[in-house]
Amino acid sequence: MQTFQTDLLCIGAGLAGERVAIEAAAAGFDVTCLSLVPARRSHSSAAQGGMQAALGNCAMGEGDSPDVHFEDTVKGSDWGCDQEVARLFCDNAPIAMRQLAAWGVPWNRVVPGKSTYFKGGKLFEKEEKQEKEGLITARAFGGTAKWRTCYTSDGTGHTVLYTMDNRAVQLGVVVHDKVEALSLIHDGENCLGAVVRCLKTGELRVYLARVTLIATGGFGRIYRESTNAVINDGGGLIIALDTGVVPLGNMEAVQFHPTGIVPTDILVTEGCRGDGGTLLDKNEHRFMPDYEPDKSELASRDVVSRWMTHHMRQGLGVPSPYGDHLWLDIRHLGCQHLATKLREVDEICKNFLGIDPSKNLIPVRPTQHYSMGGVRTDKDGLAYGLKGLFSAGEAACWDMHGFNRLGGNSLAETVVAGMIVGAKVVDYLRDHQVSYPTGLIRDFAANQQDRIKRLISKADGKENVFTVRNAMYDALMHGAGIFRNGKDLEACVQTLQEVHERTNKIGLRSNGRGANPELALALRLPGMVRLALCVAQGALQRTESRGSHAREDYPERNDRDWLVRTLATWQPGAPLPTLNYEPVSQVWSIPPGERGYGGGKIIPADPKE
Amino acid sequence: MARNLTFSIFRYNPQDPVSVPHTDTFVLDETNHMTLFIALNRIREEQDPGLQFDFCCRAGICGACAMVVNGRPGLACHTKTKDLPDAITLMPLPFFTLVGDLSVDTGTWFRNMAQRVRSWVHTDKEFDPKALEERMDNAVAEEIYELERCIECGCCVAACGTAIMRPDFLGAAGLNRLARFVLDPRDKRTEQDYFDIVGNDQGIFGCMGLLACEDVCPKHLPLQDQLGMLRWKMGWAGIMNLLPWKRK
Ligand SMILES: Cc1cc2nc3c(=O)[nH]c(=O)nc-3n(C[C@H](O)[C@H](O)[C@H](O)COP(=O)(O)OP(=O)(O)OC[C@H]3O[C@@H](n4cnc5c(N)ncnc54)[C@H](O)[C@@H]3O)c2cc1C
Ligand code: SF4
Ligand code: SF4
Ligand code: FES
Repeated sequence: MQTFQTDLLCIGAGLAGERVAIEAAAAGFDVTCLSLVPARRSHSSAAQGGMQAALGNCAMGEGDSPDVHFEDTVKGSDWGCDQEVARLFCDNAPIAMRQLAAWGVPWNRVVPGKSTYFKGGKLFEKEEKQEKEGLITARAFGGTAKWRTCYTSDGTGHTVLYTMDNRAVQLGVVVHDKVEALSLIHDGENCLGAVVRCLKTGELRVYLARVTLIATGGFGRIYRESTNAVINDGGGLIIALDTGVVPLGNMEAVQFHPTGIVPTDILVTEGCRGDGGTLLDKNEHRFMPDYEPDKSELASRDVVSRWMTHHMRQGLGVPSPYGDHLWLDIRHLGCQHLATKLREVDEICKNFLGIDPSKNLIPVRPTQHYSMGGVRTDKDGLAYGLKGLFSAGEAACWDMHGFNRLGGNSLAETVVAGMIVGAKVVDYLRDHQVSYPTGLIRDFAANQQDRIKRLISKADGKENVFTVRNAMYDALMHGAGIFRNGKDLEACVQTLQEVHERTNKIGLRSNGRGANPELALALRLPGMVRLALCVAQGALQRTESRGSHAREDYPERNDRDWLVRTLATWQPGAPLPTLNYEPVSQVWSIPPGERGYGGGKIIPADPKE
Repeated sequence: MARNLTFSIFRYNPQDPVSVPHTDTFVLDETNHMTLFIALNRIREEQDPGLQFDFCCRAGICGACAMVVNGRPGLACHTKTKDLPDAITLMPLPFFTLVGDLSVDTGTWFRNMAQRVRSWVHTDKEFDPKALEERMDNAVAEEIYELERCIECGCCVAACGTAIMRPDFLGAAGLNRLARFVLDPRDKRTEQDYFDIVGNDQGIFGCMGLLACEDVCPKHLPLQDQLGMLRWKMGWAGIMNLLPWKRK
């Protein structure tokens, strides 16, 4: 078996992983990043909108500051975030954006003079200042008081990731792509590296490291319908959970976006509705005003997703071979508007659906989009439970998003957290030495080898891996989707436990040789079901509605009992996760209050006498 | 009416001693809005769980799913079956190392390319976290972005006659990458520095200018213009090079 040794092992080579890697490499340490795909194909490249930082350069961003950004972030989180972390994030975001500019990101810049923009379908005028010419500009995004989202046309994630990877190449960061981490190596106290399968040859490898970082992005692919890349299946969270000592934070906080296209669940931007698009049902009836007379399609993401789901449950969805959906109508906006302001949407419709949105309706449905939960870390990015284990990016619960992250805050998080956590990793590497017990390493590797053998020889059964995975999808979509309630969640937990049992009986139908994809899924699926159980069990216990977590049977946000973060660990062999709770924040710069959107009753933390 | 589609797919698993290169046939009923992403996944789930292919974003942004569809390199995720005849032949991209079936290793090649063209901004300026960002003209930023839209899918290299003959050829993607930095005012490399990288047959002088690359680029990058610009600039740099008194 091949063994590699390095100072820092980054599991994940998206923006978060590479940003941490760069910090350590710049300080002279050996760094190896692992990735399922070439680094530049990581999901970070798919973000188009942009990333938030309070630079305040553009006219509509005037008067912006980290304080305003902080307030938006805390409100957006529905007071579920760690305020110390949110503060760190907002203060450092401008530095991170400027650094990216120095490294080569072609940010769009301020062009002085008058120009027009749309709001709520209406035309307005603004004027950019001469003295700001050439500074990084920004665009509007949901939930922000100012225009704060820095962007490069419609390819922000792409340009930032390519720049980051360029920097990594320059500093000699090693990336091993087409590999998959299957387990961490640890002694219950220290993390020592990982057992990894090569997705080119199928062989197992061992990576030993003084520091291991989990930066594997989101786990959207435990849901059938997700805007996430097909590789976002929670690999990093699974290996953390499987240690039995590292907790995952707030796994029940899962964000759904109203307009993923059917069938492929590719995202079409909120801008469609912002610019006047409407949602129609199977009778081509515009239904949102029936539920939300004031805001209609422009209510917040969670609210619109919820009503869409409700409406389809009434039997008013459009049936299709891919399940029910609704229509998004932007025909009335006109060709001119579509070709300029909604260019991407126009392209997505033509490329993936073969329809022209100026003439045809777009099939859409709410789709899993972002995972606020992840490996719980402290403000330095150090994971709870094991020494030498860090986490950053969407895989981490650092936790500045609480129960709902704002658009533009997650891409910014990857680089800001990467910068901050990277510096802490460097400190840690300077202070800590480890030794690697060979017996322990052999055991971890043998364990994975054994799983592979049993799957190929069907030693434990003949369950079809795709059938079992579909059973997980069905259970989650039904019980732990957009709307949740005690009865459905209980059924969901129960079903998922049965599905979990079945994952132990999977046998391969193919021969499992080489880079076999059936084997890869069979190795990953039991862990994915455990993640699903963390989501469902966490949601079942949380008897309130906060941010994206909406309980029909507990519609109020309950600050009295639930101003806490869920911590899920999994004891080896246990049927369910163990749930513990900690206060969401140690510091309260802003006391819990109204979010200003979404409505709903709040049970206050200290009821007034 | 719904068609039955017949897929002829190249099969070979280099890790399996009993595997030999051959073609397998799969039949599938076509559904509305079906793409090759949907079709291949259904074939894997319903008919052959060992079938290897790559998808990642499945939205035309990551470049993972390039393959040869009925003889032409392109992205499988945004290829709709309704635009294809009912007989569909799928082959892996040539030129890159085969991982298995339709999956190839583009990562190694592109990483190597990044190292060869030294794909980063060359500057001796230190980043100052307290200073404002350096200003840049928005039009310049947008021009750089136009060239930076390459998704490293490998279609252009796979379609390139020179690349097939010279495995060390930088390809349109590599030359385009360099052009991106030539354009970038932050990059302080001189023309001579660029010439040292591409002023040879592995670079710009190997290109036969036959346009296959631009034809297949799924992002419609202006590859010909960039190749032309580099050839012109590098031609000049080459002449300067011959005149010792002009050398810096
Ligand atoms: C369609 C879409 C649009 C978005 N747009 C925006 C936006 O406009 N603004 C914004 O702020 N946010 C946006 N987001 C969210 C944002 O893109 C992500 O949160 C962010 O990019 C995550 O970055 P990351 O570095 O944490 O993970 P990723 O970029 O997902 O990288 C994960 C890395 O881990 C690797 N990996 C995973 N598992 C394993 C394993 N087991 N072994 C080895 N390697 C592994 C992967 O190969 C990859 O390299 C969007 C998300 C989606 C889905
Ligand atoms: S124009 Fe040059 S780079 Fe493009 S395909 Fe022809 S030889 Fe290759
Ligand atoms: S230049 Fe075009 S064809 Fe070539 S790798 Fe880039 S995106 Fe693909
Ligand atoms: S899967 Fe990303 S481009 Fe096709």
